[in-house]
Amino acid sequence: MNFLMTLRIAFKALNRNKMRSGLTMLGIIIGVSAVIAMIAVGSGAKARIQEQIASMGSNLLIVLSGSATSGGIRFGSGSVPTLTVDDAKAIATELPSVKYSAPVLTGISQVVSGNQNWSAVTYGTTPEALLIRDWPVVKGRALTQADVDGRAAVCLLGQTVADNLFGEMDPVGQVVRIKKFPFTVIGVLALKGQTTWGQDQDDTLYVPLTTSQRLLFGRNFPGMVRSISVQATSAGTLQQAEEEITQLLRQRHRLRPDQENDFSVRNLTEAMSTAQESARVMSLLLGAIASIALLVGGIGIMNIMLVSVTERTREIGIRLAVGARERDILYQFLIEALVLSLIGGLIGLIIGVSASQLISHFFKWPTLVSLQALLLSFSFAGGVGMFFGFYPARKAAKLDPIEALRFE
Amino acid sequence: MNFMNDLIRVEHLVKIYYLGEIQVPALKGVDLCIQSGEFVAIMGASGSGKSTFMNILGCLDRPSQGRYFLEGTDVSGMTKDELAQIRNKKIGFVFQSFNLLNRTTALENVELPLFYNNTSSRTRHHRAMEALTGVGLIGRQHHLPSQLSGGQQQRVAVARALVNRPSLILADEPTGNLDTRTSLEIIDIFQKLNQQSQITIILVTHEQEIARYASRQVIFRDGKIIQDLSFEPRQAAYDLTQMPPPTEEAIP
Repeated sequence: MNFLMTLRIAFKALNRNKMRSGLTMLGIIIGVSAVIAMIAVGSGAKARIQEQIASMGSNLLIVLSGSATSGGIRFGSGSVPTLTVDDAKAIATELPSVKYSAPVLTGISQVVSGNQNWSAVTYGTTPEALLIRDWPVVKGRALTQADVDGRAAVCLLGQTVADNLFGEMDPVGQVVRIKKFPFTVIGVLALKGQTTWGQDQDDTLYVPLTTSQRLLFGRNFPGMVRSISVQATSAGTLQQAEEEITQLLRQRHRLRPDQENDFSVRNLTEAMSTAQESARVMSLLLGAIASIALLVGGIGIMNIMLVSVTERTREIGIRLAVGARERDILYQFLIEALVLSLIGGLIGLIIGVSASQLISHFFKWPTLVSLQALLLSFSFAGGVGMFFGFYPARKAAKLDPIEALRFE
Repeated sequence: MNFMNDLIRVEHLVKIYYLGEIQVPALKGVDLCIQSGEFVAIMGASGSGKSTFMNILGCLDRPSQGRYFLEGTDVSGMTKDELAQIRNKKIGFVFQSFNLLNRTTALENVELPLFYNNTSSRTRHHRAMEALTGVGLIGRQHHLPSQLSGGQQQRVAVARALVNRPSLILADEPTGNLDTRTSLEIIDIFQKLNQQSQITIILVTHEQEIARYASRQVIFRDGKIIQDLSFEPRQAAYDLTQMPPPTEEAIP
């Protein structure tokens, strides 16, 4: 008996009891579409987090100054500037595991252009800061070492600042006032979007470190910076860089072994990796729950196939009597189960993909349907049909023809 | 005895059923030879072992002891798959309850045995139509069993038994569910197949009326053959002419 004929018999048998076949398939349909939709939701979340990690810059360390003690009162990180511009230089030049380092002064400042004004996070830093964050300029030019050395009164605007001050106009070449001092806009930064915690990364502006020291923030602690951004040479050297920076700074700050660090090193990538890991676990968990639905669908197939075998005992007897071998009967019922699960799988595939689209459309949740997930769930459906169809099919094939023919 | 002409030769056939600890002997040593072209009626009360004997002859069951030669080949030691092939190619079955597949047309029912020996679909159709013509059912090949009368259903079953051109037809109470006239018509088909095509027919029945159309009667009792007689058979074709004209069949 060849495959096509067996397939035809299977379709005919399933067609005879449309309601029953449909309901059995429903289990698989729900299972497969749930698996696909859940994996899409999970990998969508994962992809978004990955995107955000990339937007932060990779292999990033931040050295914060502070945590100083004054009269028994301990201040938090960054409260007292303890880091110097020279510390930043030393980190970049002396440590092999560090690719770039940039001293950063931060503050909120009011920016005015014509009759518009806006308040934004202002960074006074060196050109390396933008390299560390992997942040290109879309209009105009980036900061240069010459700007820093010459204390140029120039600034780079984030998209949000540019939009709020200039709207449709091109800001490059315009003059804005930051804390009353005139600065020429030399460029606009590319759009970065929000951080994982919802902070708008584009609501920012960059000025040369030296200029900011002189005009904006640097009056109280000359030569000191609030933080240093550091990029390690690779993800593998991140840990090493963290240790080396700690050692170097303790040495530079002449701290005795019993003294606490007057700075702290934060590993941002690590925090993000945790978020990514939790997204992965969520994706896995959702997939696992959906797989249980598919498994239950498989049990439905087994149940119906067992009923079908009992109902068709006589038919099996007739087939055996006219010369069907055990494997002919086995294949017949196995293919029937397989057809049920694969058709169900196909319908589930379509519903799952549509459901993913609907989820991202109505709930604004990013979903990602991968070919891998489609193939996986479809073959899983086939596997379920095969697995749960095997026992009933074997039961049919092992029937005694004499008993089967006598079955009422 | 001409060995080569023995279609069936069984030697000391024993079949024991095990019901838990208890052994139930159904056949207690049966020896029998049936030559090609014979028309044999096997008779006996229920429990006499005739059904068990038929199941073994039909390769649906295997003997506990003894040997069974079909066309000179020992089939008593064959595997299930080999027996399935024998059933497919050499034996045609006709049952009391017709045993047709419901919701499957007459034609497809007749084609069924050909599915299991990889016959091409064209040959299948051709052979099935030929067999249906042989039993006088041409024109009803697309009817479902439920649309056919009992006699017509049994004729479909006969066509199915014939479609692989077997050397042996085993009919188990083929007239048990039919009225007298329809029974005779079926027997007439068997007689014609036997006399014109030299097909060996073994018919199990408990009705003496029906057994008289066979040329040999083998009677079983308590798992043994107690009588084996040959005689001149009655002719169903003649008896049919002596019957009152048929009433219209209920289902057209």
